[in-house]
Amino acid sequence: MSETKTFEIDFGKVYSERMRLNVGPQHPSTHGVLRLEVELEGEVVTEIVPHIGYLHRCFEKHAENVTYPQVIPYIDRMDYISSMNNEFPYVLGMEKLLGIEVPEKVQYIRVICAELNRIANHQIAIATFGLDSGAFTPFLYYFRDREMIITLFEKLSGGRLLYNYFWIGGLMHDVHPTFAEDCLEIVKQVRKTNDEALDLLMYNKIFVERTANIGILPADVAINYGCSGPVLRGSGVPYDLRKVEPYSIYDKFDFDVVVGKGEMGTLGDCWDRNIVRVREIYESCKIIEQAIEQMPKEPCDVRQAVPKRIKPPVGEFYCRAENPKGELGFYIISDGSPKPTRVRARATSFVNLSVLPEISKGYMIADLIMILGSLDIVLGEIDR
Amino acid sequence: MNPKDIFELLKKEIGDQALELVEKEYHDPFIVVRANSIVETCLVLRDDPNTLFDYLVNLSGVDDKDKFVVVYHLYSLKHRHRIVLKVYLDRENPHIPTVERVWRSANWHEREAYDMFGIVFDGHSDLRRILCPYDWEGHPLRKDYKTPDYYKGIKVPL
Repeated sequence: MSETKTFEIDFGKVYSERMRLNVGPQHPSTHGVLRLEVELEGEVVTEIVPHIGYLHRCFEKHAENVTYPQVIPYIDRMDYISSMNNEFPYVLGMEKLLGIEVPEKVQYIRVICAELNRIANHQIAIATFGLDSGAFTPFLYYFRDREMIITLFEKLSGGRLLYNYFWIGGLMHDVHPTFAEDCLEIVKQVRKTNDEALDLLMYNKIFVERTANIGILPADVAINYGCSGPVLRGSGVPYDLRKVEPYSIYDKFDFDVVVGKGEMGTLGDCWDRNIVRVREIYESCKIIEQAIEQMPKEPCDVRQAVPKRIKPPVGEFYCRAENPKGELGFYIISDGSPKPTRVRARATSFVNLSVLPEISKGYMIADLIMILGSLDIVLGEIDR
Repeated sequence: MNPKDIFELLKKEIGDQALELVEKEYHDPFIVVRANSIVETCLVLRDDPNTLFDYLVNLSGVDDKDKFVVVYHLYSLKHRHRIVLKVYLDRENPHIPTVERVWRSANWHEREAYDMFGIVFDGHSDLRRILCPYDWEGHPLRKDYKTPDYYKGIKVPL
């Protein structure tokens, strides 16, 4: 038996040069084509400059050259893993501007789709965050479940990722006859996997060691940087647009706003941001179950309120909704013609990413990857 | 607070720098402010205990044909009210002080407005292009922007 040997290293005396390192743009841990110019002192991050725009597809320029309904497919391609949620604020705002009253059943279907898509988005977020920390198994479980949601959306709209399902004034199609049963089955399965993931990932000692006390984002900094969604709620701010400014029919449902509490370490660390996502999946399940129970059973013409020709009055408005990643808003200016004068997207990930240089200085480069993963960014939305 | 009270408060604090309050049909109520007093206005709105606009929701540049407009959407997490500020800028020489020191989220929004419209935010810590390549010429969201025929010798497809 050999004795355990301990090395005494005085890290203060280890000499290293400052070095600039490119993380990305082609790297799995950057969650897309994001380039981080990182300055390192040994392994400690001293400066970060994010470079974005590799996926810029001129959404705002395109939107000025197409009619109002034609904007929706472009919106799908912004945050391409939660397309249903992306369409929500746009159609809500347009309906407000045009003064359209949407049938009740359409409202319910929209809420169910948005919540299902929220679950799918959070599943990807948690799963890939697990991958970043080296946990591979939850990734497989979550993607298996996500497949069920994607298949359901495929039945609804024909698309697996980009749906164009919400129309101004209605929906593309009514739901299929077994929609309610399918949803309930998904909810059951999602809950089961989530319970497993709590044990497998969230309360796993290795994962907690990697994420607790890392990337601490205090509440006032988060607000000043305009963060929203799980990033803001992870810092303990109960700000959820579904609760504070209930749009559509969200005031009819009973659900809680999940906030981080600093259970494993300091309030607002990576672990808190991630547990908010895990627990929000349960809240979404609650909303879906209530919505299915309350939804009118008889078939309805979901296109009855869709206007034939969309020509809104001269005006401008800012409409927003709670995306899985945070607050997504559209600032739309209309000059009375069938094409918008200006569509400005307040992209959630764009704003959330801007806090990265603030919260990741002084941590190791391995922690930087964790902090980036905990922000849950999608480059399609950042670059638009 | 409703927009009228906010406007009255601004009138009291910064005098005639707050030009007018516009409440029209199909418009969110907005207050027009002079460019050189935007930082002062924002500080008043952020720090006054009755308004506490601690959250800059959105900052957008707009090309309004003969003028550029910078639009600020503000929200208060405590009072849960909102207001829109608008600043009209000269098209030939669009300059406006940065509000980056009031809300840090303005940093990237202002970089985007600079990138897309060429609006210069004086005092900004890092005013570079953000979405277009750093060597891009022109500002794409201006209404008079012409798509170039070539980019670095590569033909731009239509």
